[in-house]
Amino acid sequence: MTSEQDTTLFAPSGETRAAPQAARLSAGHWVLVGVVAIALVLPFVFQGFVVFQLTEVMIYGLAILGLNLLTGFNGQFSVGHGAFYGLGAYVTAIMMQRWGVPYYWTLPAAGAVCFVVGVLFGLPALRLQGLYLALVTFAAAVALPQLLKFGPLENWTGGVQGIVVDQPEAPAFLPISADQWLYYFTLVVLLVMFAGAANLVKSRSGRAIMAIRDHPIAAAAMGINAPLYKTLTFGVSALYTGVAGALGALAAQFVAPDSFSLFLSIYFLVGLILGGMGSLPGCLFGGLFVLYVPNIAQAVSRGLAGAVYGVIMLLVIFVMPSGAAGFTRLAWAYLSRRRSQ
Amino acid sequence: MRNLTRRAILAAAPALAFGGPLLRARPARGATQYGPGVTDTEIKIGNTGPYSGPLSTASPVLISAAAYYKMINDEGGINGRKINFISYDDGYTPPKTVEMTRKLIEEDQVLFIAGGIGTPTNSAIWHYMNQHKVPQLFVGTGATKWDDPKGHPWTIGWQPNYQSEGRIYAAYILKNKLGGKVGVLYQDDDFGKDYLKGVVDGLGDKAGSMIVVKASYETTDPTVDSQIVSLKAAGCDVFVNTAIARFAAQAIRKAAEIEWKPLHILSGIGNSVAVTLKPAGLEASKGIVTDFFLKDPTDPEWQNDAGYGWWVSFMDKYYPSGDKTDLGNVVGSSLAATVVQVLKQCGDDLTRENVMKQAANLHDFTTPMLLPGITINTSPTDFAPVKQVQMARFDGERWRPFGSILTGAIG
Repeated sequence: MTSEQDTTLFAPSGETRAAPQAARLSAGHWVLVGVVAIALVLPFVFQGFVVFQLTEVMIYGLAILGLNLLTGFNGQFSVGHGAFYGLGAYVTAIMMQRWGVPYYWTLPAAGAVCFVVGVLFGLPALRLQGLYLALVTFAAAVALPQLLKFGPLENWTGGVQGIVVDQPEAPAFLPISADQWLYYFTLVVLLVMFAGAANLVKSRSGRAIMAIRDHPIAAAAMGINAPLYKTLTFGVSALYTGVAGALGALAAQFVAPDSFSLFLSIYFLVGLILGGMGSLPGCLFGGLFVLYVPNIAQAVSRGLAGAVYGVIMLLVIFVMPSGAAGFTRLAWAYLSRRRSQ
Repeated sequence: MRNLTRRAILAAAPALAFGGPLLRARPARGATQYGPGVTDTEIKIGNTGPYSGPLSTASPVLISAAAYYKMINDEGGINGRKINFISYDDGYTPPKTVEMTRKLIEEDQVLFIAGGIGTPTNSAIWHYMNQHKVPQLFVGTGATKWDDPKGHPWTIGWQPNYQSEGRIYAAYILKNKLGGKVGVLYQDDDFGKDYLKGVVDGLGDKAGSMIVVKASYETTDPTVDSQIVSLKAAGCDVFVNTAIARFAAQAIRKAAEIEWKPLHILSGIGNSVAVTLKPAGLEASKGIVTDFFLKDPTDPEWQNDAGYGWWVSFMDKYYPSGDKTDLGNVVGSSLAATVVQVLKQCGDDLTRENVMKQAANLHDFTTPMLLPGITINTSPTDFAPVKQVQMARFDGERWRPFGSILTGAIG
């Protein structure tokens, strides 16, 4: 088990817990409060369709956060997180439409199922590193759509036709539309889960998780139980992405095997890298990218949408080599240096 | 006579006072009513489909439909209104279809959606469209569920559905091989089961005694050889082959290999000479029967046909880079022609209600590339526009049509 010592030994590199840090944190808190305030107003500024898109952005952001915990913080690669997303979506769809469970109870269930599957998946991951692990997760992403069509499971999954999911209605006492309700519901889930992730990363376990990423041998030498942390990280990561999938089913009001193709996993990975590995707010930028850039590319040229997408991706990587989060950090540092001069 | 009501005069008064001279004179008709996306000069139609992704081979259906609308616009539009066809890529992913459809309806404000492709993608927006009462016209899939005027009055199919086809095969069997031992090969999902249900329902009370084997396959199976062997072993002398191209070809080849010569009925989904019969072997395919509803552009029979001639000139002018051997280009232009017919019937009453009413009010409508004798008919209780087919037999070189036009309507 983890010894008491890693608390002090594995503080995130480059960050000290001295007084100036506290000052910066409070500035960060103000930014957070501002962002949440804007997020609360948005559904009343835009019409239903845009609110729906913003909900999807948050959902993708949450899914990318799950992947980030695994890849960005723990250094394990996954090219198959679309499978966990799909699993979470199906848990919600089956519970709601087959068993009549209210939608809000399906979220913890989706998270729990994905956590268990994630931990089980993490076991073979212990023996595999880097690219080999990526290949195994890739297999999961390829297998899921076919498993969903598999005959014996069809009574549950609805086969190729999928399952139509009822849109959650706002409680009667709130004078808002179903779109707005789902937006706020997603926002609350998102904030809770982001707070959880922020706490996890800052905790002793979080430092152990990052230590394994930075130097596995040194981490083991310090007494960190690497296999335990790696499997648990896999489980927590799957849990986050699974809850995102459950919300995704509510937003799209439909699940089908074709909703969770291999491309979804790739898009999560793209969102993660462009948003910023190892950054929590960066995940939301990743969500924005995943949802909007294909639309932008299509608006530029439908015939060359794929090429335009590639060009935009290259530009983003050139302008922000360390992702949106890294870019923001650099810009912040640059501005504060200017101010102090 | 124009009907001037007091309300109309009241409504017109400010316009006359402030902008009267600027208003363009328009011939007054009985009921000029506009739904969203319609002006005096434009009708907005929305569409989503797989320009990218696993089903991008179907994109010619979308592109040829757009080309057809362009032709209509060049000819002056419909009652002076040009069609503004807004089509988005959904990559064959249902969540993207939902997003793009909502964009079309809520942001672009289209009058209706027409010709969306794919069963899962159309299923994803099925409830949304009916909840919001926006017409979902002529979906590009053969699932039987689109013909549901009671449960989903805002969605209507187009091509013959799989169950109808299955019934037609059953009728053919009853006529030509009454009392035969029938074996059915079908894909183990809703698409395959649709076909199977059509055959079973079509055989009626004889289904129990006549259908000896129902053999299914998964799309993940490497071959269907063992299914074919079991069909022969059970003594089947009628083979209903509803497999998709790859498996249909395997079935034909294997049957020839083990010298099993039943009455072989191949479904419309896998009857392409190029994709199924050539790989299976043209000699082995001799004598197989199938059904068609469109003119196959590769069939020399239509070389001098007026409809085919029109289609070639249309393709040359409006979609010159299109592949003239691709049936998708025939489907797209015929489907768009049906949409245009609906709009013509609507006249100046271009509301969503009237669009749906006219879509369910097509009588003996035909397009140049529908087979001679096949017409499109709908009614408030019949949401299956094309339900007739023509049987054909393969002579070792091409399909030879025979017999009369058959109808296999459901319900």
